[in-house]
Amino acid sequence: MTDAIVSRRHRREVNPLEYLKRPWMWLALLGCFVFLYFPIVTLVAFSFNSYKRAFVWKGFSLKWYEKAMSNASLHEAFINSMHVAAVSTVVSTALGAMLGLALYRYWFPWKGTYEGIIHLPIVIPEICMAVAMVTFFWAVGIDLSLTTVIVSHIAFTIPFVAVVIRARMAGFDVSLEEASRDLGASEWQTFWYVTFPYMIPGLVAGALMSFVLSLDDFVITFFTAGVGDNTFPVKIYSMLRFSVTPEVNAASTVLIVITLSLTLVAMIMQSRWTKGPKE
Amino acid sequence: MEDWRKNKLPFTIFMGPATFWLLVFFTIPVVVIWVYSFGERGPLGQTYLAFSFDNYLRAIEPIHLQILWKSIWIGGVSTLLCLIVGFPVALGIAFAPDRWKNPLLLVVVLPFFTNMLIRTFAWIVVLGTRGVVNSGLGWMHGALDGLLTLTGQPDLMGDFVPLELLYNNYTVVVGLVYVHLPFLILPLYATLEKLDRSYLEASLDLGAGQWRTFFSVLAPLAMPGIVTGCMLVFILSMGNFLVPDRLGGTDSLMIGNLIAQEFNKARDWPFGAALSFVVMYPVFIFFAINALRARRQERARAET
Amino acid sequence: MTDAKPIISIRNVTKNFGRVTAVDNVSIDVMPGEFFALLGPSGCGKTTLLRMLAGFETVSEGDIEIDGQPMLGVSPNKRPVNMVFQSYAVFPHMTVFDNVAYGLKVTGVPKNEITGQVEEALALVHLEDYGRRKPDQLSGGQRQRVALARALVKKPKVLLLDEPLSALDAKLREAMRLELVRLQHSVGITFVIVTHDQDEALSMADRAAVMDRGVVRQIAPPGELYEHPNSLFVADFIGKVNMMEAKVAGQSGGDLLVEVKGMGRLAVPYAGAATGDIGVAVRPEKTVLSAEKPGEGVIALKGKVSDVAYYGSESNIMLDTETGVQFISTVQNDARDSGLSVAIGDDLWISWAPGNTLVLAE
Repeated sequence: MTDAIVSRRHRREVNPLEYLKRPWMWLALLGCFVFLYFPIVTLVAFSFNSYKRAFVWKGFSLKWYEKAMSNASLHEAFINSMHVAAVSTVVSTALGAMLGLALYRYWFPWKGTYEGIIHLPIVIPEICMAVAMVTFFWAVGIDLSLTTVIVSHIAFTIPFVAVVIRARMAGFDVSLEEASRDLGASEWQTFWYVTFPYMIPGLVAGALMSFVLSLDDFVITFFTAGVGDNTFPVKIYSMLRFSVTPEVNAASTVLIVITLSLTLVAMIMQSRWTKGPKE
Repeated sequence: MEDWRKNKLPFTIFMGPATFWLLVFFTIPVVVIWVYSFGERGPLGQTYLAFSFDNYLRAIEPIHLQILWKSIWIGGVSTLLCLIVGFPVALGIAFAPDRWKNPLLLVVVLPFFTNMLIRTFAWIVVLGTRGVVNSGLGWMHGALDGLLTLTGQPDLMGDFVPLELLYNNYTVVVGLVYVHLPFLILPLYATLEKLDRSYLEASLDLGAGQWRTFFSVLAPLAMPGIVTGCMLVFILSMGNFLVPDRLGGTDSLMIGNLIAQEFNKARDWPFGAALSFVVMYPVFIFFAINALRARRQERARAET
Repeated sequence: MTDAKPIISIRNVTKNFGRVTAVDNVSIDVMPGEFFALLGPSGCGKTTLLRMLAGFETVSEGDIEIDGQPMLGVSPNKRPVNMVFQSYAVFPHMTVFDNVAYGLKVTGVPKNEITGQVEEALALVHLEDYGRRKPDQLSGGQRQRVALARALVKKPKVLLLDEPLSALDAKLREAMRLELVRLQHSVGITFVIVTHDQDEALSMADRAAVMDRGVVRQIAPPGELYEHPNSLFVADFIGKVNMMEAKVAGQSGGDLLVEVKGMGRLAVPYAGAATGDIGVAVRPEKTVLSAEKPGEGVIALKGKVSDVAYYGSESNIMLDTETGVQFISTVQNDARDSGLSVAIGDDLWISWAPGNTLVLAE
């Protein structure tokens, strides 16, 4: 009898710090994931609803997607979003990468304060930054247009890219550069042949993140765009205010799919490539 | 790490463009509205530069103060809920087997990259009068009704009245928690992940139970991550525009909405600027305190 | 003392991590009051075994009993053992005093008693005036003593120490070695240490268990481990050894006759029986070097000096011999001037008494 009890208890014994194996942790995690995904899943599900009223399920249909695709202003908004995201990504990745590299490598007086200021665009509520940009443009006499949107997007994505690059460089083995110099390479050769290749995964991840943030942005874009210049999220906002039909769901789903796939790619790349050189 | 003076040219080339951009297109705009916050509104909506504190005084008038208080209150509740929901998740992921850590993080962070507008809209789909929750309740009501009819008790339950779940302060809190959860989980996870497990094992070894270990050892040592996460969520919740705009009721106006109003409808930019700064001053102060504390710690460590 | 019950009884304990077996069917009895060492190379399972004693790893198969109580399902905070972690794990957010008091506080010891006990423990490790300090103001060695005091104040039946000396520099290591033994004797409880350093184990322990890839190879007092290793692994892991391949050729009286490659037939005193391929070995310090061929009664071998390694108090002389094996002879530098002046290339004889030969199976 003792043996049976002993073997049963063997199986139930759990390491004291393996929190993940305990039932309450399972529940908490599961609850959190349901909480995070249920609204999105519902929204996507209803985009396939054949009934006009968004909230009553009446059968599977793709007609809202057809409607969305043929909606000219939605189309234009989509193209605008892509354009804005593409341009701002290129610029902010270049600038942000250089900044991240410099912050990683150099010390300078007031560096701490500088870093604090650099992080402000991430931390300040979007409305404050939006308002600041609008005021600035008006004060300087620049008309609001897609260009002002692009400029603002670059401003708030540079810190993100810098952070990503910095994190990537933290795993860099400096002796690789020293070895390169020892073998006769110049500063620039070392950078191009040794440092830059290591940075590339970080650049890709940063660029993807910058693209997604730009594509997704609503508040800043809303304020800094000119009249009639619509981006995708702004267009969805106005569609929401008029009538809530599953067309909105369909358009939203399209945006979700694009941004989520890009984000997934960026994150998988980041985690896989971060592990590589360390071995 | 090199001193910048050793390599002035590369340093300038790398730091220059980004610094310029952020200076011109971030720092200067912030300075501009700071100046505007002391300005005056002209009769046709223009702004006159002045040196008055009128706007700030107006900002603390009772009507506006009430909105500020509400923003702080809602922000605070949201932060607390985020902490309660997010801490176990961060803990679970930080203590998960290594190969699960990144996938789990991915799952938690992925929704964050969906458009905030869409995520807010999703809650309308769930909580609306004809949304998922109410549809579900309606179905259950219908089923129960049918059951009662079978037992000869029709109409006992009356008609189904859908719950008005949307457009009130509670919805706003839910929406804010929903949108900001990753902002709490990520810094907290980073701190917990780096925590030396032997501190927890030592505590258990010395006789403390799990809860005691949590409060006496885990929480104090994780405090930097907790504070960072909470401050981030609080600031962002307090200043959020979209969630109260789409999910809130008529009395759910928060400071973000007020700022937007002043800029769009009322065209009172100086006042809007002042309001923005009322939100931003605490952020600056918090960061300054953090920076000072970090510098003081570094100096103390260098001395021992 | 001879019929005393073991304070720790590890019976057929196995630990699996997925498909990897870290500890394989290990049985060890540790006696009360012993200073016991778990010794072995990294990955041999010694740390896993220690953590199973403390309760931080679950046992896949087998039983552990401490002081007669089965430990199955008993969580770490309820066990009568305490552990000093390799990183010391001194709580950085508490003072030294609070650290040491922690274990008493969480088990409900009344406040007025805590102060006295903490001061006693601090005195034991010579940190009497350090109560108010914070860990980041202490050196590594001092933090270790805080960890010791913190564990000892709870008066556990067994103290577990995970690689206690590995983080210390050489001089401090020496001092701590003596300190730990002295501490153990004055407190009188059982110590179990885990180490990969055989010098530590030999000099501190009453008995040691040598482990290899999850299996215990030999449990014995240091002297026996060194002079009577039961296998090639133990002989090679502890100290240096000159190893020769041999085949058993027969027995004669109390001697084993072996054919050693390059040396012909030797007669080696050996109590047991053996057949087939075996290893024959001799410790370097048991050998003698001479320019002339030694007389009868010793096993002798000719070789050419290939290297001399000078260690101050002794030198290791390496010889290439006819057996093809490179022999090491340890010579004491017991006279300041002259003594044995050996140069690379010299032809020397290396010899030893037959009784000093080790006969080893795998």
